[in-house]
Amino acid sequence: MRLEGVTKDYGEEVVTRVLHGIDLTLMPGEFVALVGPSGSGKSTLLNLMGLLDRPSGGRIQVRGQDTSELDDDGLAALRARTLGFVFQFHHLLGAFSALENVMMPMLAERGRQDASMRERARALLGDVGLAERADAHPSQLSGGQQQRVAIARALAMDPALVLADEPTGNLDTGTSSQVFELLRRFNRERRTTFLIVTHDSRLAERCDRLVEVVDGRIRTDRPVTRP
Amino acid sequence: MPFELFVALRFLREGRAQTALIFAGVSVGVAVIVFLSALIDGLQASLVERTLGSQPHIVVRAPEEAARPLADGPGALVQVVRPAQRLRTVEGWLRVQAELERTPGVVAVSPVVSGAGFASRGNASRSVAVRGVEAERFQRIIDVPSKLVAGAWRLQGGEAVIGQELAEDLGVSVGDRVRLTTAEGRADSFRVAGIFDLGNRDVNERWVLVPLRSAQTLLDVVGGVTSLEARVQDVFGAEALAGELRGRTGLVAESWMALNAQLLTALRSQSSSRYMIQFFVIVAVALGIASVLVVSVVQKSREIGILKAMGTPTRKLMRVFLLQGAVVGGVGSVLGSLLGVVLAGFFEGLARNPDGSPTFPVQLDATLFLTAAGVALLTGVLAAVAPARRAAKLDPAVVIRNG
Ligand SMILES: Nc1ncnc2c1ncn2[C@@H]1O[C@H](COP(=O)(O)OP(=O)(O)OP(=O)(O)O)[C@@H](O)[C@H]1O
Ligand SMILES: [Mg+2]
Repeated sequence: MRLEGVTKDYGEEVVTRVLHGIDLTLMPGEFVALVGPSGSGKSTLLNLMGLLDRPSGGRIQVRGQDTSELDDDGLAALRARTLGFVFQFHHLLGAFSALENVMMPMLAERGRQDASMRERARALLGDVGLAERADAHPSQLSGGQQQRVAIARALAMDPALVLADEPTGNLDTGTSSQVFELLRRFNRERRTTFLIVTHDSRLAERCDRLVEVVDGRIRTDRPVTRP
Repeated sequence: MPFELFVALRFLREGRAQTALIFAGVSVGVAVIVFLSALIDGLQASLVERTLGSQPHIVVRAPEEAARPLADGPGALVQVVRPAQRLRTVEGWLRVQAELERTPGVVAVSPVVSGAGFASRGNASRSVAVRGVEAERFQRIIDVPSKLVAGAWRLQGGEAVIGQELAEDLGVSVGDRVRLTTAEGRADSFRVAGIFDLGNRDVNERWVLVPLRSAQTLLDVVGGVTSLEARVQDVFGAEALAGELRGRTGLVAESWMALNAQLLTALRSQSSSRYMIQFFVIVAVALGIASVLVVSVVQKSREIGILKAMGTPTRKLMRVFLLQGAVVGGVGSVLGSLLGVVLAGFFEGLARNPDGSPTFPVQLDATLFLTAAGVALLTGVLAAVAPARRAAKLDPAVVIRNG
């Protein structure tokens, strides 16, 4: 994914520029932390990269394709096939079991349930250590468990890039670390690219690359050197 | 199960109280429609049936002489020279009868000789309508055999079948003899073979059914008939068919509809008030469905945002809500039909005539249920259009940011 001079403005009468010309390229298999003070534009940037919103200026390319050429359904289809999301507030579907939540992206894409879908969802739940809780509903799961289900769901369509907005923001330190390790493991095993927004500098230092945004501009973009 | 239906059903199941309320609302609406239709259909059918119990659907007879002064055939000349008090007969009635029988939509035809006379027994005497018929043919026009209260449906030489009231007035019963006299002074004596009750006091008081031949002699129209009476397939198509018969035969053809114009006007205004009530019930049901679904879209905006974020196309999401409308309409129509049937049955049992038949007969048929189901389904889907569009417009970025 490549961003060139991406800007984002909010407001109709009083226009405020939230992002000022972002240039950013993510390479396959990278594990990137996005940090910055509150209000600096991290979530805005993530929404743009997640194709949930369109930039006010500049270009976003996914595998060489310019996304401004796509209509809303085209963007939705591209999202379905190449992107996975993990949000701060878990955002599971309350009316469905953990297993059904994980199946949902596949179901929405293919239209009908089949055995292979169910199996894949079960395997993913196993990967996040929740095989026995497959039939539980989100309200019956702890925060950390819910976030693990959300991670399994994000990976259901085998996306090239997973965008995570403060995935550990609502979790205690121990659980945060577990969830983070889970993401790391998927990154290693599947070569999935991850972009993770976090306020936790200790977690950020465990990524491969660190991008810092301040006032809508990229201040630093550096590889993380580990001791 | 398709994705859209799967999600739609879950959303409905999750909003338990709301779903129950909306089902109840639709069911009551459908029940009102079914019940009202059954009741009005039943009432109208019984009114029409009562009217047609003693009336042919179409009567074909010779035109008034003054109305057709010109000769358009050899018969016309003969008519004009006839004495005024003679009954007008249908020229070549066998040919006309065949013509009527050939006409699509006509199911039975019966020749009738009809004229005024007096029936007497001892000192009692009553003014009556002498009607000469062929038993076999006439019973297919008016079902006298099933309406007999005494005796048999038989019109052999010298036999007559009369109405209940006339029998009482004259004090006769089956087997007794009655004397018929015409204005011209011809007279004949008949043995009462049967007594009928056609459900119409006037007819019961006046009709004396005798063999065709006897009436021809008595009324001095030997070999002729005064009218041909027909039964048709579609009773409400009788007027149109009468018009066609007028054109085909050049004779006067009157339908029961023309003779009962007032009744038909009443039925029609009853029907239009029914349609109006049904229309408003449907509007109320649609508004109910729409408002509940709009609330559900607002409540479900988080879910809708998540589904959108994971790449669900807008049209699929819209279908989720349209399907909810369809399910609500569909299930509501089934429950409502059942409720309507129960209600109709209860109402029918509420009041009964002395003879045991219901005072308010209801009429339930398959088309009624199919119509109700179709209307409810359509209403559900249409009512869901606005909520579905609302869901489609939801911006996932906003939803996700706001948690
Ligand atoms: N829809 C919007 N309309 C107007 N302004 C907005 C909108 N969304 C975000 N902003 C503004 O854009 C700026 C960046 O917001 P953003 O949510 O991207 O920050 P953030 O870096 O994610 O902050 P945090 O760390 O608190 O989550 C903020 O000043 C915010 O008020
Ligand atoms: Mg944020």
